[in-house]
Amino acid sequence: MKSRLVAMSYSLVGVLLVCGVWALLSSVVAPDLPSPLKTWEESRLYILSPWEKRGEMDQGILRMAAYSLVRVAKGFLLAIMIGAPLGFLLGSSPVFHRMFDPTIQVLRPISPLAWLPLGLILFRQSEPAALFTIALCSMWPTVINTASGVRSIPQDYLNVARVLRLSRWKKFTNVWLPATLPYLFTGFRLSLGIAWLVIVAAEMLTGTPGVGGFLWQEYNSLIYSHILLCILTIGIVGFVLDRLMGMAEARLRSV
Amino acid sequence: MYTRPLEISSLSKVFETPAGRFTAIKDFNARIAPDEFVALLGHSGCGKSTVLAIVAGLQEATLGGVIIDGTEISGPGLDRALVFQSPSLLPWMSALDNVLLAVRQSHPKLPLSAQRDLAVRYLNLVGAGEYMRQMPAELSQGTQQRVAIARAFSQEPRFLLLDEPFGMLDSMTRADLQDLLLRLWRQSPKTVLLVTHDVDEALYLCDRIILMTDGPEARVGMDLRVTLARPRSRQGLLDDPEYFRLRGVVFKYLELHSRQFRKEAA
Ligand SMILES: Nc1ncnc2c1ncn2[C@@H]1O[C@H](COP(=O)(O)OP(=O)(O)O)[C@@H](O)[C@H]1O
Ligand SMILES: [Mg+2]
Repeated sequence: MKSRLVAMSYSLVGVLLVCGVWALLSSVVAPDLPSPLKTWEESRLYILSPWEKRGEMDQGILRMAAYSLVRVAKGFLLAIMIGAPLGFLLGSSPVFHRMFDPTIQVLRPISPLAWLPLGLILFRQSEPAALFTIALCSMWPTVINTASGVRSIPQDYLNVARVLRLSRWKKFTNVWLPATLPYLFTGFRLSLGIAWLVIVAAEMLTGTPGVGGFLWQEYNSLIYSHILLCILTIGIVGFVLDRLMGMAEARLRSV
Repeated sequence: MYTRPLEISSLSKVFETPAGRFTAIKDFNARIAPDEFVALLGHSGCGKSTVLAIVAGLQEATLGGVIIDGTEISGPGLDRALVFQSPSLLPWMSALDNVLLAVRQSHPKLPLSAQRDLAVRYLNLVGAGEYMRQMPAELSQGTQQRVAIARAFSQEPRFLLLDEPFGMLDSMTRADLQDLLLRLWRQSPKTVLLVTHDVDEALYLCDRIILMTDGPEARVGMDLRVTLARPRSRQGLLDDPEYFRLRGVVFKYLELHSRQFRKEAA
């Protein structure tokens, strides 16, 4: 308990130091950068009534974050629904691996900014284009981790499945899936992190309501403090998401 | 009742390695009668596990093959149960579920409750009944291996294939499990092929010892009948001159071959 308090006070000192540097920067080097105090004052409406809807692009910060989260959830689900089976295929079939691994290695580093225009051409609407982009960018860690999980199933377990003549389906549910689950979750966690990274780019370009869309609009309206509000919100939400996934993962490993 | 032996016929196994072709087994021949308890003995690395894996159907012979009832095997079958060297229980299932998985495969027509009863019965037989709800990681290695033996017997197989099943256990636990194996074999006789490099284990348990030559190109070097009356007791064997004669024969064989092996390697 005591060591926890100490740790927390350390983090608090760290945050205060960063705020100090921020304040210093805004007052000395970059006059266009709003100070912490100014950011708070201009943002308090959004923070103190976080669920209020005043207009399409003028809503409480939690509400904005919720829009983004729903969009991320859809894109992420799409990503893992495609990514996990693809990973199982790649991991289980050397032929499949040889066939598609090069393509995947080429597709993997492509930025969301490159996919989005393609999505807009394909779907002619911003929402499906955003989901397309999130899914395409975020599925690779799931694909790659699942595949390496399948490849590292101990030979002993595979032999048990063969000796007991398990059917394909039983082999999958009794051996492959449980053996791969920890890898699968690591993949999910990384994928979710990327999905959240991509959301901002997707919303900025499509102008849909959400933290990213709001950020871009406030940049165009020259309200810089709101940009900082959005940045902080994105960071905190991303952190919480990662923690939640981490907790789910730890729980999984303990059973 | 089965009458025909299991035949290992002109078996050869070649591994393709980065360093080239490696002939691990060459022209290995053996016949094992129904309900016979046979040890496959040889120096570490001579190819015992490879022979066993081919009989199990987990590996393919390069030449020759394994014949059961006049038919060459092609892959694993529920008629051949396997106990591996390392406890190979699936770690995400309780002891009971591990055995139940085997029972469901080998007795697919039984109703679920009867399958469960059968699994519990075998867990009790091996003395692991009280641990059936626990996960493998919570069990000692000895208990894990008991459960693995229960899994193999619950399959009610015709052949039992064991690859150094007691190699990782301390000597007390090993003796317990050897006695357990003998008891189960007497209760439900089956053909047993036991891979081991423990001479006393082979003499205590088996009807016959197949001694392999050292690899590469390992084959049968000596086929030794263990002419010791059953039931045997460890204490009784120590008073039996025949036991020491057999022991002498085996050790002499092993020493000769390890010397040959060293000469070739040098
Ligand atoms: N998959 C493999 N690839 C290449 N060589 C192998 C392979 N499996 C076994 N060997 C070689 O075959 C020989 C016999 O191995 P093994 O059957 O495991 O011996 P044992 O069980 O008697 O200790 C060893 O020299 C080993 O290195
Ligand atoms: Mg071996």
